[in-house]
Amino acid sequence: MAEIFKSVVCPICGCLCDDLEATVENNEIVKMKNGCAVCEAKMVHGYKSDERILEPYIRKDGKLVPVSMDEAICKAAQILTDAKYPLLFGWTSSVSETQHVGVELAEELGGALDNCCSVCHGPSVMAIQEIGIPTATLGQIRHRADLIVYWACDPWSSHPRHVERYTAFTDGRFEKSEFKEYVQKLKAKASQKKVDAAIRRTQVRYQPSQPPKAAIVEAPPQSLAKAGRKMIVFDVRKTMTAEVADYFVQVEPNTDYEIFGALRCLVNDQELDIDKVGGVPVEYLKEIVDAMVNADFGAIFFGLGLTQSVGRFRNIEIAIAMTRDLNRKTKFVIAPMRGHFNVTGANTVFAWQTGYPFALDFSQGYPQYNPGEFTANDLLRRGDNDATLVISADPGAHFPKSSIQNMMKHPLITINPDWNAISRLGDVVFPTQWCGIEQAGTAYRMDSIPVTLKKIVEAPKGILADEEIVRRILEKVRDIKAQKNEKDIQGQQQILERKM
Amino acid sequence: MTEILIKNGFVIDPLNNINCQKMDIAIKDGKIVEKVNEREAKVIDASGLTVMAGGVDIHSHIAGSEVNIGRMLRPDDHVKDVVRKTALTRSGTGYSIPSTYVTGYRYSKMGYTTVMNPSMAAMKAKHAHEELNDIPLIDKAVFTLLGDWWVALETIAKGDLEECARHIAWMIRATRSYAIKIVNPGGLESWGFGRNVHSLDDEVPNFSLTPRDIITGMAKVNAMLNMPHTIHLHTNNLGIPGNYKTTIETMQALESVYKGDKPVGHITHIQFSSFAGDNWAHFKSGAAEIANYLNAHNHMTIDIGQVTFADTTTMTADGPFEFSLYELGGHNKWVNSDVETESSGGIIPFHFKKKNAVNAIQWSIGLELSLMIKDPWKVSMTTDHPNGGPFYHYPRVFAWLYSRKAREATLKKCNKKAQRKSLLPTLDREYTLYELAIITRAGTAKALGLKNKGHLGIGADADVAIYNINPETTDIAQNYKPVRKAFSNAIYTIKDGEIVVKDKEIIAIRPGRTMWLDVQTKEPYRINEEMKRKFKEYWTVEFDNYPVTDHYIKVPEKITIQASV
Repeated sequence: MAEIFKSVVCPICGCLCDDLEATVENNEIVKMKNGCAVCEAKMVHGYKSDERILEPYIRKDGKLVPVSMDEAICKAAQILTDAKYPLLFGWTSSVSETQHVGVELAEELGGALDNCCSVCHGPSVMAIQEIGIPTATLGQIRHRADLIVYWACDPWSSHPRHVERYTAFTDGRFEKSEFKEYVQKLKAKASQKKVDAAIRRTQVRYQPSQPPKAAIVEAPPQSLAKAGRKMIVFDVRKTMTAEVADYFVQVEPNTDYEIFGALRCLVNDQELDIDKVGGVPVEYLKEIVDAMVNADFGAIFFGLGLTQSVGRFRNIEIAIAMTRDLNRKTKFVIAPMRGHFNVTGANTVFAWQTGYPFALDFSQGYPQYNPGEFTANDLLRRGDNDATLVISADPGAHFPKSSIQNMMKHPLITINPDWNAISRLGDVVFPTQWCGIEQAGTAYRMDSIPVTLKKIVEAPKGILADEEIVRRILEKVRDIKAQKNEKDIQGQQQILERKM
Repeated sequence: MTEILIKNGFVIDPLNNINCQKMDIAIKDGKIVEKVNEREAKVIDASGLTVMAGGVDIHSHIAGSEVNIGRMLRPDDHVKDVVRKTALTRSGTGYSIPSTYVTGYRYSKMGYTTVMNPSMAAMKAKHAHEELNDIPLIDKAVFTLLGDWWVALETIAKGDLEECARHIAWMIRATRSYAIKIVNPGGLESWGFGRNVHSLDDEVPNFSLTPRDIITGMAKVNAMLNMPHTIHLHTNNLGIPGNYKTTIETMQALESVYKGDKPVGHITHIQFSSFAGDNWAHFKSGAAEIANYLNAHNHMTIDIGQVTFADTTTMTADGPFEFSLYELGGHNKWVNSDVETESSGGIIPFHFKKKNAVNAIQWSIGLELSLMIKDPWKVSMTTDHPNGGPFYHYPRVFAWLYSRKAREATLKKCNKKAQRKSLLPTLDREYTLYELAIITRAGTAKALGLKNKGHLGIGADADVAIYNINPETTDIAQNYKPVRKAFSNAIYTIKDGEIVVKDKEIIAIRPGRTMWLDVQTKEPYRINEEMKRKFKEYWTVEFDNYPVTDHYIKVPEKITIQASV
């Protein structure tokens, strides 16, 4: 019997597309409609892979041995209470309900709490704390933006439906989709390629292969001055998104700060007495700024190319400063391309309970915040923590070796649906449900819009939701602490009696 | 449920005309009752203490996307005010925007039991409700921003108010909210393209109507829907010198809607809309004009939005205003957050200083208004938390109101120019405890249409605050400091018949309820279908995923209302 679920939300990237249709047969998703390739890969195939963890494990004598859920919970709680300073890391591929309990657990343990934000858009958050951010929901951009800039990000590959749902290729109330133009352009390009190939083949002769020339930025096309939507891409390499754009500016790596600085000068009608910035002729930058100022509504999206290259949060800061200045002349907004589907939620949930979005510490009994001190990698590389819990993340695949080496010196608890790099290293390994497939809950889109994830299939028997696992660990931790307190009191009484 | 008997307190209960009467209050099953069995009940000896209903706050930004971005924006604000975890309470941070748990604790310690969260973009409603669940010890409700919602603008422009009302009812239900909030009507839509409206008769770009149409239309819609509260209005031109004229025009526009029975509009944080003078250099108070108008008319209620001189964080859905504040206020951090088809928003940290002429005059305006508007039932006390100052500064405001001495002490420290311009030295009025109870609970509850709140009559919710003030022996105007302290720390706070604060400490945690309106209109099915059709075109989330579901409200209190359309 096929069952069709409508308005399903995709639990993969920060776009949180919620117009999907899932066909379920015998408790298995067999078809996804409307989703992108990434969505289909996870929701039709990925979630039911052979790599699924099906029961809890504890490492005994160096080997992972299957155990009961209760035993695993007890062991995990014991590790965490015995530790002086545990680190709880991950959370961004969990639903907000889980993150909510996570803060309570970190507070109870007096440990450190961090989310994947610290290795992706942490610098963006810090830049926002420095100077704020003029931003808007994606729908506002869909309805109004006539100039869209993607900077150091490649949504065509990483957020495949971003352009189609929210920016250039969607119909809004005041701006129309540029998709048709794009198709025409694409067709023209394809036929041009055919002609080129035909010419080449008629003149077959030996040519030694030449080393690729250094990138030369092309002049801005006429279309930047046209009415209707325009799209500009800034990146260090020609990405898929650059292929669709009206104008692609190939910048030299690690020069974003300079380019933003130059653009900001030009926005404020200052003269620049150099010819090129970051490999881009100033003349071209002037034309870009003209297009920005002449836009009715402009939007800039930026990705990890800015946050993780030289300049870090200063790159974002100057990008925001430029956007702010543009608001004196027209309307402009800027927004980070958040990656994991609920990384925005992790920031949100942490902030409302503690005031801070990531890099948290509870060792003093109250929340403290300091990126660089309480961020996961900094803690790990210094070797500050003496136990780690990783949930819905894979630092094993993404953290530096030195971090993981220190992590492995102490007990490690993992809560993940499948055998990823970090699960294999765990001392206590919990299986869990896939959020948004087997577990319902709330996630926050990259523009802070809350969307409810749906449960569309049943999880394999015995596998719990991560919210429940964290909650049970929390309860067990409280039990152990209460028992310990009682023992302490008894011990003190005995000492007193002896003294008497 | 335990029974409680509060004995021998001085009861102040303006809604039941009780003024400092020595009497007993009996509580059973979360309600005020006529009597309880004295032997079984827990007896609180309140002799020499003042007993009031739990405080009701009509306007305080405590939860939601805007508030939370404000929290994230200001780690500098949190480090100076940290709250430790205890065996009973959660940890957190405070100052201008306290974290959720701390918000609940601090309100409760002041004897407040009900708080209205006055600004929520409909699209982010789930977020606001999730946060409200995490605010313990107080009942709460949210107001949805509807003044610049496309569907409302279109139906009002068409002149079809009944249709507008039905759609608004759909939205109130979908977002589980309590009232219609209107912010800078027309201005937020204009801000979509970086513009603003500057008078009641400017045309809203792309929609053929004016702010005046929106305000009067919405007031009529509000009446059609039989809403318990009036429209909750943040005026056009807020924060701009000379705006008192716009405010009076706004109130005049609403005269036509008034039928002579109950108020039709509530102007919120009116202090920010009572500026006179042509520019910032000639900035002065427009309080006298506003107060004169309100003294002569009965169709409006207001809340103050008092400035308390704090390093605070301003936040409002009025995006264009925040941008002008950014340009004006020395280019501090600026957040703008537009919400598609519905609203906008902005955040700026702002330090109100005594030595700044404009800030000091603003402080004076708030107090002048409170003192010059004769009928306290028209006035609610707020600081527009966190805009004028954090809510736990309320006791300071009380002191300025009930004690001339307190006012003068602060005025002396203010900017000299502001001192000269201030009308305060001419105002002798000092609030009595009875009047103070009106502007902090009785009057606010009445303005909100909350029948079981703000009073201690039989059947009311057992939300009680007991303060260490002896009205017989204390001259509150002279000894303003101990009284201010007493208001900061209630001896007892009782929430739904349970003692939650005792001797100034939290002793029990209970979740507060979230009140929301289920507005019943005709043809709900047709409206639903129509909304379904509009959805793809207007929003970037699906119809099915938009409404707030039961999952998002831990302790709901549904209030069903029959609309007349």
